[in-house]
Amino acid sequence: MKAILRLKEVSVSYTPGKNAVDKVTTDIYPNTITAIMGPSGCGKSTLLRAINRMHDLYANVQTTGEIILKGRNVLEMDPMEVRRMAGMVFQQPNPFPTMSIYDNVLAGYTLNGIRLGKNEKEEIVEQSLQSVALWDEVKDVMTKRGSFLSGGQQQRLCIARTLALKPEVLLMDEPTSALDPISTNKIEELLLQLKQQFTIIIVTHNMSQAARISDNAMFMYLGELVEHGNTTQMFTKPRNKRTEEYLTGVFG
Amino acid sequence: MNQSSSIEQRKRKDKTIRHLVGFFSLFAMIPLFFILWDVISKGYKNFNLRLFTEVTPSSMDALLAISNGDPIPGGILNGMTGTILIVGLAILFSVPLGLFIGIYLADNQGKRFAGLVSYLTDLLQGMPSIVIGIIAYAWVVKPLGSYSALAGSVALTIMMLPMIVRSTEETLKMLPLSYKEAGLALGSSYTNVVFRILIPSGFGGIFTGILLAISRVMGETAPLMLTALGASVVHWKMMEPASAIPLLIWDFYNDPNLVDLIWSSSLLLLIVIFLLNWIAKIVARKWKV
Repeated sequence: MKAILRLKEVSVSYTPGKNAVDKVTTDIYPNTITAIMGPSGCGKSTLLRAINRMHDLYANVQTTGEIILKGRNVLEMDPMEVRRMAGMVFQQPNPFPTMSIYDNVLAGYTLNGIRLGKNEKEEIVEQSLQSVALWDEVKDVMTKRGSFLSGGQQQRLCIARTLALKPEVLLMDEPTSALDPISTNKIEELLLQLKQQFTIIIVTHNMSQAARISDNAMFMYLGELVEHGNTTQMFTKPRNKRTEEYLTGVFG
Repeated sequence: MNQSSSIEQRKRKDKTIRHLVGFFSLFAMIPLFFILWDVISKGYKNFNLRLFTEVTPSSMDALLAISNGDPIPGGILNGMTGTILIVGLAILFSVPLGLFIGIYLADNQGKRFAGLVSYLTDLLQGMPSIVIGIIAYAWVVKPLGSYSALAGSVALTIMMLPMIVRSTEETLKMLPLSYKEAGLALGSSYTNVVFRILIPSGFGGIFTGILLAISRVMGETAPLMLTALGASVVHWKMMEPASAIPLLIWDFYNDPNLVDLIWSSSLLLLIVIFLLNWIAKIVARKWKV
């Protein structure tokens, strides 16, 4: 199988000479869920945010190496184009507060200045909301604000907003850590379905979540990628001692 | 010392202080109450349709009317249109400028230049209005060779600017960073994130700031004396001298025959300012960040 995303010696630093992510090299395959695990401050989110160039927002952050998404180096592309190819879902559900549910789903298009016909709009909204299993719950309240929904629904709306742009990969930064167990469960089920169409990379603090949903897992420690492989294999027979110690709760 | 008595003592002290604090806060209301009482009781007599539909009468006509026992003929229409013209122009200048500066400050916290701009904004806020009037006189009245509504609006713009900058900056700073990040993560340009997400999300705070800035400069007199000068006719020409309600109040004060109009004009000014404040409150509550 051909990798959809290849990281080559990717390093990210917030202060010169001190790498928060240190020379990470790995391949991510299409239609898989990859979980990035590791203790707080190990560089999980930093690595994830390098992929869609979120570090460009802050002047002092340096990213080096190569991030090849579908054959093109992300670091040499226009960040706006990259971000349309690599959608991101954040820790806190963040539907845009002034927009209706309907407009939130279409936000990616309006913000990019893409004009759509009415039928196209309706189709995208329905399809996106169907794919996050939110359609039936909100189809009669489309004009309400996004903030009208519960936390779990809001997060699914945010996923729908990202999916509406049909990205190549879906980057998720602890998307369930602000949600209750039932909502978390729903989102996990959803991700298992979504991987048929998308490639998902999810940062998670929750090891059992990684075990439940991911095909592959990356274990990071102090900015380094310690181990990357099949999730079941990593949880049952970790190759590296530090991975084993983390998974068995010796540190973390 | 017995412990329970010391607790009793502390409770008593607490109670006294709490009552005292409540009592003194009454003092804040007393001046307001008397101002309202005076303005309403003296102003309602001339608060009629004429006030809104006629221009300022001449001193002679007023004298004649008073000696005949009639109400003062004429109103403050020229002041009202002048205020609308001058303040309107000031809004046109200060709102876009203030928004941009506020956005810049909110987005560049900790940067040297932003720190300098922020500091200067604070200084501007404390600048005496008469000094701003002198500056506008030197910048606009002198080069153009005449007093004008435009010059007045420049002075008011300088006064409104720091208030709009501050309210924009503070409101935008209160918005969660993740709105901005989510917008950019969808591939949006910075411009669209600012104008389609951040400003609409912070609309309540920003709009309230603008309304309060308007209500603050509406009663300004000193800077207008040096710039807009005053006019006894109704017009909408920005290059000509124009009147304003506070300017008229000052004129009335200086004319024994017109002095009665002070109160009805003040009443109108107060009503408008209270209305603006009231709307600002509603907007702030409804569009809470």
